[in-house]
Amino acid sequence: MTAAPVRPALGESLPVGGAMRVMGAETEYGIHAPSAPGANATMMSARVVQAYAQVTRQRAAGGAETRWDYTDEEPLHDARGWTLERASAHPSQLTDQPPVLDAEAVALAYGREELELDGEDEAGSLLMNMVLGNGARLYVDHAHPEYSSAEVTNPRDALIWDAAGDLVALAAVRRLAADPELPPVNLYKNNTDNKSVSYGSHENYLMPRSVPFGDIVRGLTPFFVTRQVICGAGRVGLGQDSSTPGYQISQRADFFEAEVGLETTIRRPIINTRDEPHATADKYRRLHVIIGDANLSQSSNYLKFGTTALVLSLIEAGLAPRVEVYEPVSALQTVSHDTSLTAKIRLLDGRRVTALDLQWMYHEAAAKLAQDTGVADAVDGDGHTHDVLERWAATLTQLDSDRGAAATSVEWLAKLSLLEGYRDRDNLAWNDARLGLVDLQWADIRPEKGLYYRFLARNRMQRIVDDAEIAAAVTEPPSDTRAFFRGRCISSFGKDVVGASWDSVIFDVPGYGRLQRVPTREPLRGTKALTGGLFARHRTAGPFLAELLGHNTAPPPA
Amino acid sequence: MAGQEQQQPQSRDSQVEDDIPEAPPAAPEGQASAATQGVDDLLDEIDGVLESNAEEFVRAFVQKGGQ
Repeated sequence: MTAAPVRPALGESLPVGGAMRVMGAETEYGIHAPSAPGANATMMSARVVQAYAQVTRQRAAGGAETRWDYTDEEPLHDARGWTLERASAHPSQLTDQPPVLDAEAVALAYGREELELDGEDEAGSLLMNMVLGNGARLYVDHAHPEYSSAEVTNPRDALIWDAAGDLVALAAVRRLAADPELPPVNLYKNNTDNKSVSYGSHENYLMPRSVPFGDIVRGLTPFFVTRQVICGAGRVGLGQDSSTPGYQISQRADFFEAEVGLETTIRRPIINTRDEPHATADKYRRLHVIIGDANLSQSSNYLKFGTTALVLSLIEAGLAPRVEVYEPVSALQTVSHDTSLTAKIRLLDGRRVTALDLQWMYHEAAAKLAQDTGVADAVDGDGHTHDVLERWAATLTQLDSDRGAAATSVEWLAKLSLLEGYRDRDNLAWNDARLGLVDLQWADIRPEKGLYYRFLARNRMQRIVDDAEIAAAVTEPPSDTRAFFRGRCISSFGKDVVGASWDSVIFDVPGYGRLQRVPTREPLRGTKALTGGLFARHRTAGPFLAELLGHNTAPPPA
Repeated sequence: MAGQEQQQPQSRDSQVEDDIPEAPPAAPEGQASAATQGVDDLLDEIDGVLESNAEEFVRAFVQKGGQ
C-alpha cells in the first residue's frame, strides 16, 4: 500500500482580505428542569452530555464518541501539521484523572473557576466531556452544557456547525425527556437568567501571531461596541439583574465591565486576551471573542462571524478605520439600551456618531479591501466575502429605513416585534412576567416550544442555509479543516480513540504498546482532500495508523 | 390599546413607521408592516406554546455562573 499524503506540502492557506478564516463557535446553554427547580446544575449538565453519549452509541456501531484529551501533560515537540510523534505516555498517565462526577466533584465545581473534569461513561458514572463525530466538543463547563463547534473556514459553515450544536442539544433533551427516572431538562440558547448571571457564547478566530495585539484592540473595540445592532439577540430588562424595566439590543452588554482583560467570568472585557492558540503557537493566535450573544437567527449568526472576520482582515492589513470610542464600556451599554439606534457615541477625536455610522465606516473599509484583494468578486472571489458584504449593507440599510424588513433577519428586532405584539394586545408593562417568559422561551431549543422556531416555521425569520445542511452537520465534520480528521477518527475508529482535543487525537490500538498521539497543530490540514483517501482505505485502526505513521510501520516497543 | 411606550424609539422611528400604510391603527410607533402582519394570528399561536404560570417559570430560571 502506498504511503498516504500525511505530510502535505506546506502552504495551505485561505484567501486573504475577506471573510474566510479559521473560526469556530462555543455555546453555553442555559439549563433548567422545571419539575426539579433545585436540581444541581452541574449534575444536570453532565446528564445532558451523558444523554448524548447514549444517542451516539445507538448511532455508531463503532462505539461511543470519545473523551476529551485536556491533559496535554506531555509537551509536544515543535511539531508542525502532520509531523507525527509517538507519545511516550503510558495509558495509566492518561486515565488517572478524576473520572467520575461525584459529590466531591460537584462541590468543587462551585468553588473552582474552571470545571473540566473528564469522566467515564461506564458503570453509571457521568461523562463530562466528549468529542463528537462532527469534530465538536460537548462538555460540562462550569454549570452549563457547552457545545464547541468544529473549526470551519467561513461564516456560512460557522452558522451551520453552530446550529448543528443546537440539534445535538435537542437530541440530548429528547433523550432525557424519554427517561422516566430523570426530570426533563430544558436548554436555552441565551446568555442570561436576568438575575445577574450571564454565560457565554464565544467566537474563535485564527490570526497570524505577527499582528500586534494592540492593533487588534484598537481595530476591534469600536466594531464590538456597535456590532450588536446586527447580531444582538435582544433582552427584556436593563441592568445585570434586570431591575430596570425595558428592552435592550444585547443579552451580554450589561455584563461587560472592562476594555481589555483575561477574565471571562468576572469583570468581563470587551477584548479578551486569552492566548491558547490550540495550534502552532509561534505562527498563530486564537482570538477568543466573548462579547457576542448566542444567536438563533441565522442571519445574525452569519453576520456576527462574517463581519468580524472581515474586520480582522482589515486589522491584519493595517486598514481598520482610525476611530477610537470614548469610554467604550459605557458606549457599549448606551448602544444596547437604544433600540431607536439614534444614540450618538462620542469618539476621541470629538465626533459624535451613531452605531450605524460606525458600522458603515467598517463596511466601507472592508468593502474596499475586499475589492482591492479581489476576494469579493461575485464570480472569481472567495465565495463568501461578496455575500457577507451584501448582507451586511442590506441589514444596515434596513435598520435605518425599514425596520419591518430588518425584523425578519435581525434577532433583537424579531424578538422585539413579538414583545410589542404582546404589549399592544394585552397592555403589558416591560416588567410583566409574560414578557420575561417570551424572552426566555424565545431561546428554547425545542422547535415546538422555542419561539424563534415558531417564527422560523412561519417564515418570519430568514433562512440562510436549509435544514438538511444543519442536520447533516450533526454527524459530518467540516471537510476543509483538521476537524475532518478528528471527526472521522471518532466516527470510524471510536473504540480505539482514547482521547482527542483540538490539536491531537490519541489512539490505543492493539499491537501498539503505547498510546499513539497524532498531533493536529495545523488547522488547515487533516482535510478531506488530504486524508479522505486514508479513511476510505481502512476499516480498522491498526492499518490506518500504520499508514498514517508512514514508513516506520512496526509498532514501537512497549 | 396600551401605548405606554416607555422604551420606544422616538423621532426617527415614529417618522418611518408613520409612513407604513398597512400598519394597524392601534399599533404604536416601533412597529412596521412586515412585523405586524398576522400578528394576532401569531400571538394566538404563541399563547398556546408559552409555558403556563409565567411568573413562577421565569422566577425559577436561575443559572449558576458562566463565562
